[in-house]
Amino acid sequence: MTQPFFRQKDEMLSERPPPASTVGIIGWLRSNLFSNWINTSLTLLSLYILWMAVPSLIEWAFIKAQLSGDDRFACSEDGACWAWLDQRIGQFLYGLYPAKETWRINIAFVLLFPALAPWLIDNIPGKKWLRWYSIFYPFIAAWLLVGGWFGIIEGVTTNNLGGFALNLTVGLAGIVLSLPIGIMLALGRQSRLPLIRWFSVIFIETVRGVPLITLLFVSNILLPIFLPPDVALDAVIRVIIMVSAFASAYMAEVIRGGLQAIPKGQYEAASAMGLGYWQSMRLIILPQALKISIPGIVNTFIGLFKDTTLVIVIGLFDILGIANAMVSNPDWLGLSSETYVFVSLFFFAVCFSMSRYSMRLERKLDTDKR
Amino acid sequence: MPSTENQENANPNGPSIKIEGLNKWFGSFHVLRDINLDVNHGERIVVCGPSGSGKSTLIRCINRLEEHQEGKIVVDGFHLTNDLKQIDAVRSEVGMVFQSFNLFPHLTVLENCTLAPIWVRKQPKREAEAAAMEYLERVKIPEQANKFPGQLSGGQQQRVAIARSLCMKPKIMLFDEPTSALDPEMIKEVLDVMVDLAESGMTMLVVTHEMGFASQVADRVIFMDEGQIIEQNTPQEFFNNPQSDRTKLFLSQILSH
Repeated sequence: MTQPFFRQKDEMLSERPPPASTVGIIGWLRSNLFSNWINTSLTLLSLYILWMAVPSLIEWAFIKAQLSGDDRFACSEDGACWAWLDQRIGQFLYGLYPAKETWRINIAFVLLFPALAPWLIDNIPGKKWLRWYSIFYPFIAAWLLVGGWFGIIEGVTTNNLGGFALNLTVGLAGIVLSLPIGIMLALGRQSRLPLIRWFSVIFIETVRGVPLITLLFVSNILLPIFLPPDVALDAVIRVIIMVSAFASAYMAEVIRGGLQAIPKGQYEAASAMGLGYWQSMRLIILPQALKISIPGIVNTFIGLFKDTTLVIVIGLFDILGIANAMVSNPDWLGLSSETYVFVSLFFFAVCFSMSRYSMRLERKLDTDKR
Repeated sequence: MPSTENQENANPNGPSIKIEGLNKWFGSFHVLRDINLDVNHGERIVVCGPSGSGKSTLIRCINRLEEHQEGKIVVDGFHLTNDLKQIDAVRSEVGMVFQSFNLFPHLTVLENCTLAPIWVRKQPKREAEAAAMEYLERVKIPEQANKFPGQLSGGQQQRVAIARSLCMKPKIMLFDEPTSALDPEMIKEVLDVMVDLAESGMTMLVVTHEMGFASQVADRVIFMDEGQIIEQNTPQEFFNNPQSDRTKLFLSQILSH
């Protein structure tokens, strides 16, 4: 005999919490670290590697490390030798910038934060005024770094600007310039006007198709072609132009990818409402395309920032150049681990911050799943 | 001056939309063939026909989302040519509702509604928001104003899309299969809003397969096939007394369930 089928439910079921073993710390551990035997053995292996590596690294870097001394012979073989820090930290930060003028770099650095704040933080008081300030900041910073003032403050030649200050200057200028130029190139590449489209394609393909290092080498031959004959371009400006151009070409392609992900309906809805081209782009298309492109954009920023170390090929001494010079100095010969670890920390701090910020931004802009 | 010539039909007693000898090709495919159509002020027209018959393309020509190669389209006195000023003028007078809603996902419901009034009509933000709230009230979702489109159901999104178009105070509304992407439970809430709009005297062109809607509110039903208008009539005559064999076949297929 078959069971009579279910005809009507007398009462709707109410919600129940999930089983205790699937929530909380225990649940997280079970599902993420010990869900099956492969996962469990990988977890145990990782713990073993950490157990082996971390204590000895800490021992090398801190416990057995030598912090003071005049040269490398003051250091033992067992631990890291940080004795050079005291003498050399100024060069790592400021390059060959005159020591008594380094306050100018410090002030420019401090003034940077209120210029960044209105673009990175949402609810900041006086946002409008800070934005105006940030437009003038590059000029203020440039004057602080190299300008003179009626002989009371001496001008500094940019060739003396070096160390991490140079990486930051070139990196920030490149980031600030490459995003808008990249957007324009991406839009240009999709333009219906052939001249604009061809220019964008040629620029992107040429600049992207050669190594940055060659662009830097030839910049003092190439750039004067586009400039009036009597304008001699300063080395730092040349680097900024080349690094920005290079990053813009990558940026354009990253953003083009974002633009292509926007459904045709968004363009149509915008036109059907009577929005013009620039209005549609600014209000509808770019906000969505840039949001999609955030990982690629930040990727390009990070690449650009690390590429600033290539300035060494045209004779500027950024933080890596200073490090190279130091490890070949007889007093500190052979301290490459310490030096490059130290330099890496600077780059890691900046790049990791960019990455974390972009992840926060992505979550904030994720309106689909909120 | 071109504007006098371009505005020849601006008198309010003339047709709202006048289409003469319209031909359009996609590549070598002749999608619209010699279409002639006058739409009067306040007239409600339902366009139906099999897929690929050119009905969507026809209404997309009216706000120039598609360019036509031959013929004349005059909307509210404006000639549609390559003249961008005329196109912008037409677009700000004509609202459009799409099958896939096309709400802007990065803006809230309210921002979706106020965007065009603020940027195209240059209305002050406060005024645009007040007007938008009225229209959201009218489509019965004022409580969703500060949500993002992704948080709404399909029916709610389509009602927002209708409110968004109405915020521009259009003289003509085009609907391109507004209920085709909706679950059956949600079709009614959208149709109710459209019926309400039809009763308010809006000039409407609706591409749809909702024959109940057609018989309830349409002044005229147009049947298209192979890029041509095969038959047009009042809904009563159209459904009860179809003339051509093609129409009879179409009706028997869509009404057989």
